[in-house]
Amino acid sequence: MHQLIIPTPLRKFTGGLGVFESDAADVQGLIASLVSAHEGLKPHILDESGALRTFIRVYVGDEDIQELQGEATPLPPKSEVSIIPAIAGGIA
Amino acid sequence: MTFNAPACPGLLQRHRALSSRVGNTPLVRFDALAKGLSPNVSIHAKLEWHQIGGSVKARAAHGILGDAIIDPASQGRQLLDASSGNTGIAYGALCAALGLPLTLCLPSNASPERKAILRGFGVDVIETSPFDGTDGAQARCRELVAEHPDRYYYLDQYSHPANRRAHRQGTAEEIWTQTDGQVTHFVAGLGTTGSFNGTTSRLKELNPAIHCTAFQPDSALHGLEGWKHMETARVPEIHDPSIADAHRTVSTEAAYAMIRKVAATEGLLISPSAAANLCAALEVARELDTGTVVTLLADDASKYGDVLAHLFKAPTA
Repeated sequence: MHQLIIPTPLRKFTGGLGVFESDAADVQGLIASLVSAHEGLKPHILDESGALRTFIRVYVGDEDIQELQGEATPLPPKSEVSIIPAIAGGIA
Repeated sequence: MTFNAPACPGLLQRHRALSSRVGNTPLVRFDALAKGLSPNVSIHAKLEWHQIGGSVKARAAHGILGDAIIDPASQGRQLLDASSGNTGIAYGALCAALGLPLTLCLPSNASPERKAILRGFGVDVIETSPFDGTDGAQARCRELVAEHPDRYYYLDQYSHPANRRAHRQGTAEEIWTQTDGQVTHFVAGLGTTGSFNGTTSRLKELNPAIHCTAFQPDSALHGLEGWKHMETARVPEIHDPSIADAHRTVSTEAAYAMIRKVAATEGLLISPSAAANLCAALEVARELDTGTVVTLLADDASKYGDVLAHLFKAPTA
């Protein structure tokens, strides 16, 4: 099973769940199973066409999927996948 | 290394001298953006990167450091705060100029440019979880203070009154003067909430009819670095939600489109958070027949290389 680490701001939409497990074959499948299990996440992660919102970074291990095969990046066994949020800090 | 204000007799004078590099930013009229609006409506923005450290945060950081310098509790302690980058950079620039040491808790997903700038200013950076944003960095600060109460002096920009005060005494007065008192609408995003709350509170004293709109990102996960999605974030202690006349949301996609538009029509490369301010200001302006709409552009795009690379990809052959 792969483990997808859910960033803290999104845990409100997963009932507090911090790690989502799935045996999907690639990143797209993993994200699809995540939003299927937690519908409330969908508008936060996917755009209207169902693609990842352009500013979201997804990492498989330490590698940005943009440097791999994007959402078609295959997942080796027991992958750890991270969704990295932009920093909600305090510009002003 | 720590500092001791009485042992540094020139410190307060040096701090005062740095005031010349804080505030008094240009107010620019965005005519291309206002095309199609009522001819009696104009949009203006303050270019806040024209300050030490290159962002709006010079205002709050200068005020917070001034209070720390005269606080006896800071003596013998290392200055500490959490930041997503801009406050840290403002602190770093000011502390470098003042010869003060600084420790900063920074989420590890801060941009590489920001980390390099902080290293350049000699800041001691403690990286925190990329999953927890600045809420996690603040939590780490509180842990450090609890573990080492005699070592650290926590500046705490999210609770510090100097943050809001800097915008009351600086930003608001400048807007009032630069518009000859003609400002009718003020628009700003919510991060620490210091700029919106501080500026709004003073503008409404100057003219209670000024309509003030606060906005936040449309989603818990967003690319508007600096602005907070209040529903899912730790709400700053200095925040007063009742002060806004209206609330709006802005999407990251809309802000990215605004970066392109402003680059092409105004000759300015601005940050995602600054672009979001202009998006909200434009929405407000569209609903008016007459008005002078003012917003703040926190920083330019120089620290957002990955965003620029994404937005302005070279055409493929």
